[in-house]
Amino acid sequence: MYAQMVTSEGGKARDEMTPEERAFQDRIDRGERIEPKDWMPEGYRKTLIRQIGQHAHSEVVGQLPEGNWITRAPTLERKQILLAKVQDEAGHGLYLYSAAETLGVSRDELTGMLLAGKMKYSSIFNYPTLTWADIGAVGWLVDGAAIMNQVPLQRTSYGPYARAMVRICKEESFHQRQGYSIMMTMARGTPDQKAMAQDALNRFWYPSLMMFGPSDKDSVHSAQSMAWKIKINTNDELRQKFVDQTVPQARFLGLEIPDPGLAWNEEKGGHDFSQPDWSEFYEVLKGNGPCNAERMEARIEAWEDGAWVREGLMAHAEKRAAAHAAE
Amino acid sequence: MPALPETTIPADAVLFETLLRVGDSALILGHRVSEWCGHAPTLEEDIALANVALDLIGQATLWLGLAAEIEGAGRDADALAFRRDAGGFRNLLLAEQPNRDFAVTVMRQFLFDAWHAEMLAGLAVSTDPRVAEIAAKAQKEVAYHLERSETLVIGLGDGTPESHARMQAALTRLWPFTGEPFRGDATDAAAAEAGIAPDPAALEPGWSARVEAVLAEATLTLPDTARFRSGGRSGVHGEALGLLLAEMQFLQRAYPDARW
Repeated sequence: MYAQMVTSEGGKARDEMTPEERAFQDRIDRGERIEPKDWMPEGYRKTLIRQIGQHAHSEVVGQLPEGNWITRAPTLERKQILLAKVQDEAGHGLYLYSAAETLGVSRDELTGMLLAGKMKYSSIFNYPTLTWADIGAVGWLVDGAAIMNQVPLQRTSYGPYARAMVRICKEESFHQRQGYSIMMTMARGTPDQKAMAQDALNRFWYPSLMMFGPSDKDSVHSAQSMAWKIKINTNDELRQKFVDQTVPQARFLGLEIPDPGLAWNEEKGGHDFSQPDWSEFYEVLKGNGPCNAERMEARIEAWEDGAWVREGLMAHAEKRAAAHAAE
Repeated sequence: MPALPETTIPADAVLFETLLRVGDSALILGHRVSEWCGHAPTLEEDIALANVALDLIGQATLWLGLAAEIEGAGRDADALAFRRDAGGFRNLLLAEQPNRDFAVTVMRQFLFDAWHAEMLAGLAVSTDPRVAEIAAKAQKEVAYHLERSETLVIGLGDGTPESHARMQAALTRLWPFTGEPFRGDATDAAAAEAGIAPDPAALEPGWSARVEAVLAEATLTLPDTARFRSGGRSGVHGEALGLLLAEMQFLQRAYPDARW
């Protein structure tokens, strides 16, 4: 889940709504798609900008931990697959910024807010990729968690966001399979490789559970986002689904999930599991995670070092346009 | 063209060496371009750079795969890529030059693409059908690489004073490496003789015409320095290649018994 703790605003009880707001909510309740030129409440627009923007930023920052291993990928085939995957992430960023632009905010404005620390990206990308097995774990667990959230978002109420999600989900499922394929090779490899695979699972398990965000069953923001169908499931529902899906996959790999409290609960038809350390989650969100400083530095540097390129190409385009007009 | 060798190089050795030369250049430049991942000036450039890197590494996989097959010593493309030391690499020195800034990256790409397109056109009519087949596939990709790098060289050369100055500095820096692709040795002569690959010197007029036209449109000045740097063909590289390989080959070297 690449959007965490998105605050929604402007939620109202039905009897406080204006006739326009009521008609809007009725459209959503009937399952209609909202399109860019349709009337929408200001709160709906702002909440979506926050959520889509955070999602886009996550795709862009998410290039970094995986990009960290492109130059060290162990075979030509693995290198090509990883490059293609990271390229997909940049492409997802592009669709999502484009979806956000239909709500009246430019990509540059959103980037400016990210670089100024006014917008977030997913907490998961502040964890380091220390071994090649981490690339497997990121694909398997991180993309696996993202898919949990993004599959239902294909039915989200905002048309451009829902359509971007359809394409993104297709690619993400390929990403998850490539991650699992790396884990399988490692788990069945030499003792060193198996140890790397277990270590990667140990380090990425709880940060992956954190991706869904803290429990939001009592959150007013989540209730409003769900009423608007910007959010489809609660964080706890998605986390449970993720755990239930992942446990047998880990077993198949012969790896152990680092949770002594993990047990099948027949009554609820799902696993009981331990919560991650939420104080760590809040520290990471505040910017104190293992790689927050490095990730932001890398993005700021790319933006600042790239300024002359963007300006140069704009200046050239303007010269061309002027020459064309003079003809 | 250099004098033909007195003793004939075995045909397979000529083919193997020719494949390493074209394959290693694609691999090393692809690796360099992949270093940009996540750090490009725009998201579109992140995507385009990854695309170029992917194409080049894909081509390297095909060239080195065929080289390993010709060699018949039980190696595969990965063994050639990850288990040779710098002295065994046959890439052009231009391909291994570090990225530095975006100007050097773009200029390196353009100078390389302009050669690569000519080279592949020659390889596409190789007497060896396996070579011709790989070249024909690569040609389509490289036509796009060249279109993109040309557009960027022109846009940035004729952009702002800063972008112009950076592109001019990049051109000056890389210019000494642009003679090497066209100076063949005995192996190249034998490959040309057998119709496996084009004569390197024959590619130069087409390259020069293209480069001069694009640089003129980019308002850049051709450096008057000598295009004298070479060594790639005989495995004498710059210091930077050793570091690149140390990074690229790390896992295969550290865990020689592992399969990935």
